[in-house]
Amino acid sequence: MDNLLSITTFIPAIAALILAVFLRGDDEAANRNAKWVALIATSLTFLVSIFILAGFNPDDTGFQFVEERDWLLGLKYKMGVDGISVLFVMLTTFMMPLTIAASWGVTSRVKEYMIAFLLLETLMLGVFMALDLVLFYLFFEAGLIPMFLIIGIWGGAARIYASFKFFLYTFLGSVLMLVAMVAMFAEAGTTDIPTLMNHTFDSDSFSVLGIYVVGGMQTLMFLAFFASFAVKMPMWPVHTWLPDAHVQAPTAGSVVLAAILLKMGGYGFLRFSLPMFPVGAEVLTPLVLWMSAIAIVYTSLVALAQEDMKKLIAYSSVAHMGYVTMGIFAANQQGIDGAIFQMLSHGFISGALFLCVGVIYDRMHTREIDAYGGLVNRMPAYALIFMFFTMANVGLPGTSGFVGEFLTLVGIFQVNTWVALVATSGVILSAAYALWLYRRVVLGDLIKESLKTIQDMHMRERVIFAPLVAMTLLLGVCPWLITDIIGPSVAALIDNYDGALAAAEAASQTADASH
Amino acid sequence: MEQIILFAPLVGAIIAGFGWRVIGDTGAQWITTGLLFLAAILSWIVFLGLGDETQYIHILDWVQSGTLDTAWAIRLDRLTAIMLIVVNSVSALVHLYSMGYMAHDENFREDESYRPRFFAYLSLFTFAMLMLVTADNLVQMFFGWEGVGLASYLLIGFYFRKPSANAASIKAFVVNRVGDFGFALGIFALYFLVDSVKFDDIFAAAPKLAETQLTFLWTEWNAANLIAVLLFIGAMGKSAQLFLHTWLPDAMEGPTPVSALIHAATMVTAGVFLVCRMSPLMEYAPEAKQMIVFLGASTAFFAATVGLVQNDIKRVIAYSTCSQLGYMFVAAGVGVYSVAMFHLFTHAFFKAMLFLGAGSVIHGMHHEQDMRNYGGLRKKLPMTFWAMLIGTLAITGVGIPLTTIGFAGFLSKDAVIESAYAGTQGGYAFWMLVVAALFTSFYSWRLMFLTFWGKPRGDKHTHEHAHESPAVMLVPLGVLALGAIFAGMIWYNSFFGKTDQVAKFFGVPYHAEAHHGDDHAKDEGHSDDGHADDAHADEAHGDEAHADASHAKEGKKDAKPHYVLAGNPGDGAIFAAESNDIINEAHYVPKWVKVSPFIAMILGFVTAFWFYILNPSMPVKLAESQRPLYLFLLNKWYFDEIYDFLIIRPAKFLGHFFWKKGDGTVIDGSINGVAMGIIPFFTRLAGRAQSGYIFTYAFAMVIGIAVLVTWMTFTGGGAE
Repeated sequence: MDNLLSITTFIPAIAALILAVFLRGDDEAANRNAKWVALIATSLTFLVSIFILAGFNPDDTGFQFVEERDWLLGLKYKMGVDGISVLFVMLTTFMMPLTIAASWGVTSRVKEYMIAFLLLETLMLGVFMALDLVLFYLFFEAGLIPMFLIIGIWGGAARIYASFKFFLYTFLGSVLMLVAMVAMFAEAGTTDIPTLMNHTFDSDSFSVLGIYVVGGMQTLMFLAFFASFAVKMPMWPVHTWLPDAHVQAPTAGSVVLAAILLKMGGYGFLRFSLPMFPVGAEVLTPLVLWMSAIAIVYTSLVALAQEDMKKLIAYSSVAHMGYVTMGIFAANQQGIDGAIFQMLSHGFISGALFLCVGVIYDRMHTREIDAYGGLVNRMPAYALIFMFFTMANVGLPGTSGFVGEFLTLVGIFQVNTWVALVATSGVILSAAYALWLYRRVVLGDLIKESLKTIQDMHMRERVIFAPLVAMTLLLGVCPWLITDIIGPSVAALIDNYDGALAAAEAASQTADASH
Repeated sequence: MEQIILFAPLVGAIIAGFGWRVIGDTGAQWITTGLLFLAAILSWIVFLGLGDETQYIHILDWVQSGTLDTAWAIRLDRLTAIMLIVVNSVSALVHLYSMGYMAHDENFREDESYRPRFFAYLSLFTFAMLMLVTADNLVQMFFGWEGVGLASYLLIGFYFRKPSANAASIKAFVVNRVGDFGFALGIFALYFLVDSVKFDDIFAAAPKLAETQLTFLWTEWNAANLIAVLLFIGAMGKSAQLFLHTWLPDAMEGPTPVSALIHAATMVTAGVFLVCRMSPLMEYAPEAKQMIVFLGASTAFFAATVGLVQNDIKRVIAYSTCSQLGYMFVAAGVGVYSVAMFHLFTHAFFKAMLFLGAGSVIHGMHHEQDMRNYGGLRKKLPMTFWAMLIGTLAITGVGIPLTTIGFAGFLSKDAVIESAYAGTQGGYAFWMLVVAALFTSFYSWRLMFLTFWGKPRGDKHTHEHAHESPAVMLVPLGVLALGAIFAGMIWYNSFFGKTDQVAKFFGVPYHAEAHHGDDHAKDEGHSDDGHADDAHADEAHGDEAHADASHAKEGKKDAKPHYVLAGNPGDGAIFAAESNDIINEAHYVPKWVKVSPFIAMILGFVTAFWFYILNPSMPVKLAESQRPLYLFLLNKWYFDEIYDFLIIRPAKFLGHFFWKKGDGTVIDGSINGVAMGIIPFFTRLAGRAQSGYIFTYAFAMVIGIAVLVTWMTFTGGGAE
């Protein structure tokens, strides 16, 4: 099949179209149909995506399954995956059926809800596959809309504030990226991503408005992209939209947000920032590393003080994303392997943690930590699952959470021991906030009247958690399943990066010599 | 066979944890216990049949990234084998004991099924501990390291309704994480310099590390010393050494069998095991070794002083454990790793027994743990009494001075103290350990006298119903009692005999060498190279003839041949550097040194006898006259209070501060200031255009993007 990627990408969109056009009414049956259509479509997408993984050749570090067509206005429609993106595609298709299943209890505007999620899946897949700048930007930006609606319509009490905050942060970041994209096109004359990755952008330092810019255009372009991706990740100090968005989003929205949407930032760094602006990246690496290290400690401390479960997990997500950015900008094999691993693993773990919150939110309609306590007395299965993911979240070896943290720290230690020291202290803080949360919610005697009739997880909920548990364990015991796939592409990325830096160095030396 | 030893406990844990509804409470107990006994028996077979060569068994690849290559694998040498029998034997006995101890528990309701969970956790712990000791690389060891931390967390918090137990479990995990923080940094540094985390590669690189400078933080360090210190910080956490010890006494919140298995015999000794395992590196890190000696000795002293005044029977034994671990670190720190392992080995038997004995008392006394409410229990709990007595004789070090006849603790503790004397030339560590030995004797006998002698105190009803424990609890006590009596005498020569015996036991090459003064007679070239060649030439794997030959060559002065450990780092289970002959020197310490622990023990016993039998009002008077000192000790030197003030409160404050001020005022404040200025404007605009409805914004976004893209396309086209 030549257009496997397009098929995968657009199955959800087609299902959304079917729902929009053919499904009428707002009764019980219509709602049920909407859910089933969404579940079948996302499951089908996952099944089809397995063919991508099966046909993927890890040793080929170029793009595979490439599709290229002319599109409107002389633009190109170009899709493809390499070792860096293919697993994000798999993560997306894997998580979406679970997300839909977790939304089975939705009652208001079910059809629109399902359409929003299906469109979101298409757009997310598009981001990870697009090989054309314009196409990427379209997917990247359009993805905001369904998420904006999901928070704004199906969210909690303060949803309007949260959705605007989410929108403004991410959109303002993207505007800068767009400007940089225009500049890139102006200089390179193409929007083809593989070509741009091999293009050497001008890196001669110059002064603008009296500020001396080391690394010249590359640094500026890097910063513009950085604005967008750093917000998306989110990195400290532009992370404050995330806790609000998570708190207000419905459970499934939080799951998608944490598991997949945040990864677009990390993916962007790997696809654009490092390969296209190596000089700029190198100039700003210390800044990024310190922002990451601060993020880990700062947000872990903030997590300690939280009173809302979702907020706590949201802050924990920011801390975990700190390991990702740190690993990426360590720019060595372990660092980047670890960063990708951490993103995938965090997809399962944070997704599962938000689902854990959803389980009791569905029952008690509160996320206040103080409203709970002693759940283990009536919900042993829940206590077990929550314990498992709590431990995965604090990076217990044997779970996938360990591998990402460990590799990124191994990577950073080779680059900057101060950052490594600060970041490693995160393992202490994460244990503190995660176990404290667990204790306050699950352990202790069951005293609160309101909890005395709470029911343990039912079958649907258990079925949703099962694949997440399986993946977290499997990747914790056999992490080479991932690193074998991403390894060669990451190695190629690093080779190019180091080569570009060496070339730029040599060029500037010749320039100096000729002066 | 090794795989069966390793995975039997895991299988047991899974069956008991998930299958107990099918097989029932009793089934879960018997399956886990049965599998543990199987593992224990196989471990003994492995231990007794172990050859000289280190064996490697690859199970599965693990973390692979670039040159970082780790696997799930078994490394089997003498160190592993010792730990296998310690872990599996004690674990099997504790499983058996728990069948009795956990039969009824007031912390759970009648219809609650808590036993399968308990046994599953115990087996899970055993599995993690086995992964730790069989690891052939540091990362797998770290897996076991954190795995036992998890099991410890789960078991300390086993009584999940008790707030104190929950607090203690978190404390244990988090304080251990502080240690792990150092351990992890050590691994990163090793990988950075050696490009591998496998033990063999690290050992081979150890001499080079000693000559490498590593830039870490603000300055350059000697790599070997820095890494050894970082790894030791990990050991400090797990083995509850001074500054990271605060979790261990609190860990007594767990059921008593847990205290015996995890917090006495096995997990807490993992730090000692780590230092011994890394002996090739430690040998090249003299400053780090000094630090280990200093902290070990200080811990031995500190914990013993606190143990003097505690009233909870389990806390006394907990502090005693902390103190004994300090002994082991001193032995390892002076470079006599075999003696560190010796004390670890004997300690596992007598300390597990003391805990199980204490558990038997607690069980018999209906979960009363305050010794002030005991008294005169000798008659009611005769078997327990005898077991505890043997344990006390072992820990206080009763034996015949200047011979090798005595209880297990006598032989191993004296070996530690003699090594400390030889290794520090009678310095700080030696004196700390002797004083600690006196205190050990005092608090151990205090425990015995308060519990088993005197008149019953406290609740009358409880004393009337005090009863001896069932056979499943007494049998493990009996087996451990055998270990506490004989383990020292049987294995004395293997751990602390003549150097050649020790070398053979640990599979280390050794060679005969002229006695100190005669060095020159033998070697002409005294350069390092020449010496190393010589060592190679004379290397012998238990080859007596070789040794005799060189002995003959060497002359008459010394009647007995003198052996030293030899070989390269990584040959055999432990390593001693060329210059490290302390294990031999420890045998030639002055007589008064050899007798000193014995005298300390007698003094401690006499004082305890005087205080608690002859003149029971004495301790109260003393406590009143020395009130500040008493409170200082009773409150454990105020470590918890200091940490709370210095670390926990500031952390909470910072968290709150960053949240409200950092995120709230500064970041959101500035961004909202901008955004909130804009949004109402747009809202009004949009409101005028259509309605204030949210879809409007989405619609506006789509239009906006379309416009931007179009613009971009056209301008882009123009540029071309």
